Amino acid sequence: MKQLEDLARDAQTLASGMQAAPVQWRTDAAAHPGSSALTADENEAARVLQICNACRYCEGFCATFPAMMRRLEFGKADVHYLANLCHNCGACLHACQYAPPNEFAVNVPRAMAKVRVQTYGDYAWPGFLGRLYRHNGITVALATAFALSLFLVLAVAMNGGLWHEPLAGNFYAIFPHNLLVTLFGAVFVFAIIALGAGVARFWRNVSPGAATAPAVAEAAHDALRLKYLDGGHGKGCNEEDDAFTLARRRFHHFTFYGFMLCFAATCVATVYHYALGLPAPYPWTSLPVLLGIVGGIGLLVGPAGLLWLNLRRHPLHGDPDQRPMDRGFICLLFLTSLTGLVLLAARDTGAMGFLLAIHLGVVMALFLTLPYGKFAHGVYRCAALLKWSIEKRQPSNTRLTPD
Amino acid sequence: MIDVLVIGGGNAALCAALMAREAGASVMLLEAAPREWRGGNSQHTRNLRCMHDGPEDVLVDSYPEEEFWQDLLKVTGGITDEKLARMVIRHTSTCRGWMRKHGVNFQPALSGTLHIARTNAFFMGGGRALVNAYYRSAERLGVHIRYNTPVHALELDGDRFVAALTENERIPARACVMACGGFESNLQWLREVWGQNERGEWPADNFLIRGTRYNQGTLLKFMIEAGADMIGDPTQSHCVAIDARAPLYDGGICTRIDCVSLGIVVNREAQRFYDEGEDFWPKRYAIWGRLVAFQPGQIAYSIIDAKAVGRFMPPVFPGVKADSLPELARQTGLDEAALVRTVQEFNAACRVGNFDHTIMDDCHTEGITPAKTHWARPIDTPPYFAYPLRPGITFTYLGTKVDENAAVHFGGRPSPNLFCAGEMMSGNVLGKGYTAGVGMSIGTAFGRIAGTRAAEAALKRTHGAQL
Repeated sequence: MKQLEDLARDAQTLASGMQAAPVQWRTDAAAHPGSSALTADENEAARVLQICNACRYCEGFCATFPAMMRRLEFGKADVHYLANLCHNCGACLHACQYAPPNEFAVNVPRAMAKVRVQTYGDYAWPGFLGRLYRHNGITVALATAFALSLFLVLAVAMNGGLWHEPLAGNFYAIFPHNLLVTLFGAVFVFAIIALGAGVARFWRNVSPGAATAPAVAEAAHDALRLKYLDGGHGKGCNEEDDAFTLARRRFHHFTFYGFMLCFAATCVATVYHYALGLPAPYPWTSLPVLLGIVGGIGLLVGPAGLLWLNLRRHPLHGDPDQRPMDRGFICLLFLTSLTGLVLLAARDTGAMGFLLAIHLGVVMALFLTLPYGKFAHGVYRCAALLKWSIEKRQPSNTRLTPD
Repeated sequence: MIDVLVIGGGNAALCAALMAREAGASVMLLEAAPREWRGGNSQHTRNLRCMHDGPEDVLVDSYPEEEFWQDLLKVTGGITDEKLARMVIRHTSTCRGWMRKHGVNFQPALSGTLHIARTNAFFMGGGRALVNAYYRSAERLGVHIRYNTPVHALELDGDRFVAALTENERIPARACVMACGGFESNLQWLREVWGQNERGEWPADNFLIRGTRYNQGTLLKFMIEAGADMIGDPTQSHCVAIDARAPLYDGGICTRIDCVSLGIVVNREAQRFYDEGEDFWPKRYAIWGRLVAFQPGQIAYSIIDAKAVGRFMPPVFPGVKADSLPELARQTGLDEAALVRTVQEFNAACRVGNFDHTIMDDCHTEGITPAKTHWARPIDTPPYFAYPLRPGITFTYLGTKVDENAAVHFGGRPSPNLFCAGEMMSGNVLGKGYTAGVGMSIGTAFGRIAGTRAAEAALKRTHGAQL
């Protein structure tokens, strides 16, 4: 009773001054320290989710809220899962009656984003590299500087200089094919192993059961279509204000499918090289080059658009501390494509060696940071979507409906 | 000069502004709150009660005019105006296309609200999403919106609106729509109308306001003093029992406590005082605020045991949890012996049949007063939980009397250019009681009518002057 009166008095004082301050509050986890040891960011997410679960106005926007509604309490694993299910679309921030300056100070996209980046670090393999997610702008910058230097120095060391007589696009005259395969193959395989190990740990944390074919198909569909960037009503998500736009969804499609086309170009070239005995360079009308051009254009348009949106995003939307990570990754993607297209255009000139070194440096930087940067979001998001597709097919364990 | 001045910034005001603008009038909207608090109580709403004769997109089955009217008649105990009520009801059957056009998105009923899936159309994202959509549409159409602009008085020429007076400005217009809410945020006024009770308490001192802090009732008071015809009992309001730990303002929906019908409710003396199982909770939650208001200290405790956990919408604040009743009493500050006795008497009186909280089941009490007529099961399975309850005022029903044109009346005669919509006149339809989503029905219907009539009044005058 005493406590209650204190609270009531707090509320009166608070309101008479009409000032915003956090409502007195504690989660079960906070009440029993040590039992599950939530971090500050996890605790904030649990606090926000408990408020959301008592409101539920946003349940139509995305999967995060229906997944939340299947729970009454939010432990570490639940918070990790829901944080990765959140697409940071922003709809629930602008629609929220409890968003700041309300005393409840609910900001779902921010709470989720903060936990999300924490999970990337927590689940990272090997564990000590998880800290690369923090101050990720520096990670990306250092990786880029290192990779560029590597290839420039290699080029000079192996060819005696950066400039040469035109070589008719024969990259392997600059860097031997086997060297490139070894370098990029090793880094790429490492990236896959590191991300795979991380997401496997994440997967074990909330075990929704076995994946059925319909669940996998649905999760794939939702990921490939970016279903949860459509706002639930098809008008899109939020950027600088409460208006809806499909821009982010479309630019992300350009980015993702551009990236995949570039990847496909590499795969086709690999088949040409090893299976058909057709080494590069390939003519302009060949499949690898055409795929690369189309993908490259997508990978210019997409990241440029995403960067533009990122720069204009509402200050309360998402976690401002992660913008260097977002922008670093976007810039690397953009530069990968830009340097690749420039290299293609100038492959018959004496600048080919220099341009190739630059391009390979950027691609190497991208590959090096794949497991420890923004790229991880795609892997964890897909896993969370699959968890949701499995979970939603199971009976709810809350008892709001008849037994 | 502006054609139509809209005073207020919630749903009714926005409906009025949009309709007036669409009718060709120049419109200025004055919102008392800063932008981040805009929208009044509309930001806490979530649905619109809608008449429909068959399944319509998000609405299932049918909800004909007569049924809607009977529901309204029942909750208001007949204190309503049939003509205006039926007008609102019919309006709700046709307004959703217009709402969509202005960016409102509807969705099927929220989980936990399936009992109103047939009668209510839910806004995706809730009322704040609706308010945002209307503001965007209003800006796009060229409505001049000003925030931080409370109006403290009007300049009237007899029954005719001349200008609105803000702190340091006189804003004349050809017509005016007042849609600036009730007086529920005005704690002093609430204190006065609720007065002092037989225990010497000022009950309203312990009320919480579920919505905006900006509905100070300034213009309502002005209209009373200006001699406008008023309607409604100032002590009547939408008054819900909410978690006593809620903030004084803007606690909104999440502070509601939905476990009342699953347990017992005791007052400060640890005594029960009303049938907790009288009807489904969604049909009873709006009377419990008033019930608690009449209890000593305006406080009560909803007490449940482990059997109820998970059967109701999760509350925002964790319950007071204890492994025994005496411990629960100690933690809540209730008298131990009294609480134990109350629970024992209740438990002994329970006649448990087939418990089912989704129907009006046969679990009831015998031989105690007040009885619990449904869902009565002994409180005997630890851990026990207690949720403290206080009256939470959503909005007040005192308002200006209007006719079917939303015109304000002076001495029984309608003003030619002063109109009113929303909470500020909802007392015309809601003398007392409430049914989910009807506040938005009234606000939308009268907002749209007021906007149209205000534009007509303004443009007729302009037109007349040109002739």
